[in-house]
Amino acid sequence: MISVNGLSKRCGGRTAVDGVTFACPPGTVTGFLGPNGAGKSTTLRVIAGLTPATRGTATIAGLRYQDIPNPAAQVGLLLDASALHAGRTGREVLALDALAMGLPRGRVDEVLELAGLTRAEARRRVREYSLGMRQRLGIAHALLGDPRVLILDEPANGLDPEGISWMRGLLRGFARRGGTVLLSTHLLHEAEVVSDRLLVIGGGRILAAGTKAELLARAADISEHEVKGGRPGGARGWDDEASVTGSALEQLYLRLTARSARGLRVREGESA
Amino acid sequence: MSTNSSTNVIILGAGGIDRRRPGIPMSRLIRVETRKLVDTRAGFWLVVAMTAVCAAVLAGALIWAKPGTLDYQTLFGVENIPLGVLLPVLAVLLVTSEWSQRTALLTFTVEPRRARVVRAKLATCLLAAAVAFVATLLLAALGCLLAGALRHHTDGAAGSWDMSWHLGIYASLAWALALVEGFGFGMLLRNSAAGIVAVFVVPTAWTGITAAIPWVHHHIQAWIDFTTAQTPFRAAQIATAADWAHLAVTSAIWVVLPVLVGTRLLLRAEVK
Repeated sequence: MISVNGLSKRCGGRTAVDGVTFACPPGTVTGFLGPNGAGKSTTLRVIAGLTPATRGTATIAGLRYQDIPNPAAQVGLLLDASALHAGRTGREVLALDALAMGLPRGRVDEVLELAGLTRAEARRRVREYSLGMRQRLGIAHALLGDPRVLILDEPANGLDPEGISWMRGLLRGFARRGGTVLLSTHLLHEAEVVSDRLLVIGGGRILAAGTKAELLARAADISEHEVKGGRPGGARGWDDEASVTGSALEQLYLRLTARSARGLRVREGESA
Repeated sequence: MSTNSSTNVIILGAGGIDRRRPGIPMSRLIRVETRKLVDTRAGFWLVVAMTAVCAAVLAGALIWAKPGTLDYQTLFGVENIPLGVLLPVLAVLLVTSEWSQRTALLTFTVEPRRARVVRAKLATCLLAAAVAFVATLLLAALGCLLAGALRHHTDGAAGSWDMSWHLGIYASLAWALALVEGFGFGMLLRNSAAGIVAVFVVPTAWTGITAAIPWVHHHIQAWIDFTTAQTPFRAAQIATAADWAHLAVTSAIWVVLPVLVGTRLLLRAEVK
């Protein structure tokens, strides 16, 4: 169970995260959605103990990450697939931390296989890896300690369709076995397919949270309201078509994040 | 023990976190850090280069040394020169590569108690220095045997095993100080190029500056300039109490202070 309570983080003069509260129950995948710079990564980094919170708390099973004994072996993290030593081989990246976590030798081979990296690929240096391979290596690293909790920042970035489908299966299976997954993404379709619960963040605040069904119902409400009230800002045929092809979730998301961006501009205007 | 195991199951079931799992022992952190010294191409070749340079210096001494100088003490002193230059680089890189390669992200999620990582790295540096020290003693011995075999018929002093014990102690102390100085600079700057340049340029420049101002040169240079303070320890005579006082004060400025300030900065540094 991941639990974030009233979390705020100020960096310099900017509020990156502003009073965020949510919980991720075991046995579920929570999709964390929001535009770039909305505060997704900052929230995940606070949960992982890398950045101190200005206010509020973030705990996993009631403990701060840094208070969990041997934390990386119990909480699988993928925060930045490019934060790997370019001169190490993929296998060495895993072997080093498997050694630190005190895992048996064979575990590295197991997670390499789980992540779909071949022995030949694992012997190559990370410098030569594509982004997709780095993501697979990062996911292998997250799975090293056979954790019950996974926190993944944009894990689908750079994965090909086959890789995305593989990851979807992996995360669904993980949650089915009782695991807790929190993943951030900006791929709405991906979030919709893999998640049980969704969080939408914008301008550092939670804009919407709930089960997928709840959010989709809300999306349906909004579009119904739109039909009655008429579309604001003269819709032209081309734009209309594009918005029609977008999913209900996409429409809700765009509406929420656009409103939060407008709100932000208003707030900035006031302070100026 | 059935009660114990059932509580364990409950704890795991609640959030997937085992609060009683042992943390990572220091010995394992040191093993990981030791491995990091040589598991990249850069690290591996630095160690190979150090060995090659030492061998080359030894060969040079055997070929070109003036008659009457090829004894154990000289050979040992000669071996000290390249290592005194290269070991601080090793210390700088052990810290800064975590930041230039961004691996600090993984390192500090595996062990969030950063002070323990700093201690493990420092222990690794000192361990490397101890290994290098023993290797130097052995290399000098090999050189001494070769000198005796090759030149003894023309040069009576060649291959003589004379060695003042205090010079060995001074040399090992100077190494340890240079290494920890490099470590401190690395933590202060957290950038490989800047760290290496600083380790070589700053103390030398400081020696130049303090020597250029007559009053400083005559009255306080030995108290504030590390190189000046160490000069008596490279000579054959035994250091005086004043020499030791100079060494202690300059070590506090050049070694202890950078390590303390560097550690403090590193514990709070944002891991990007």
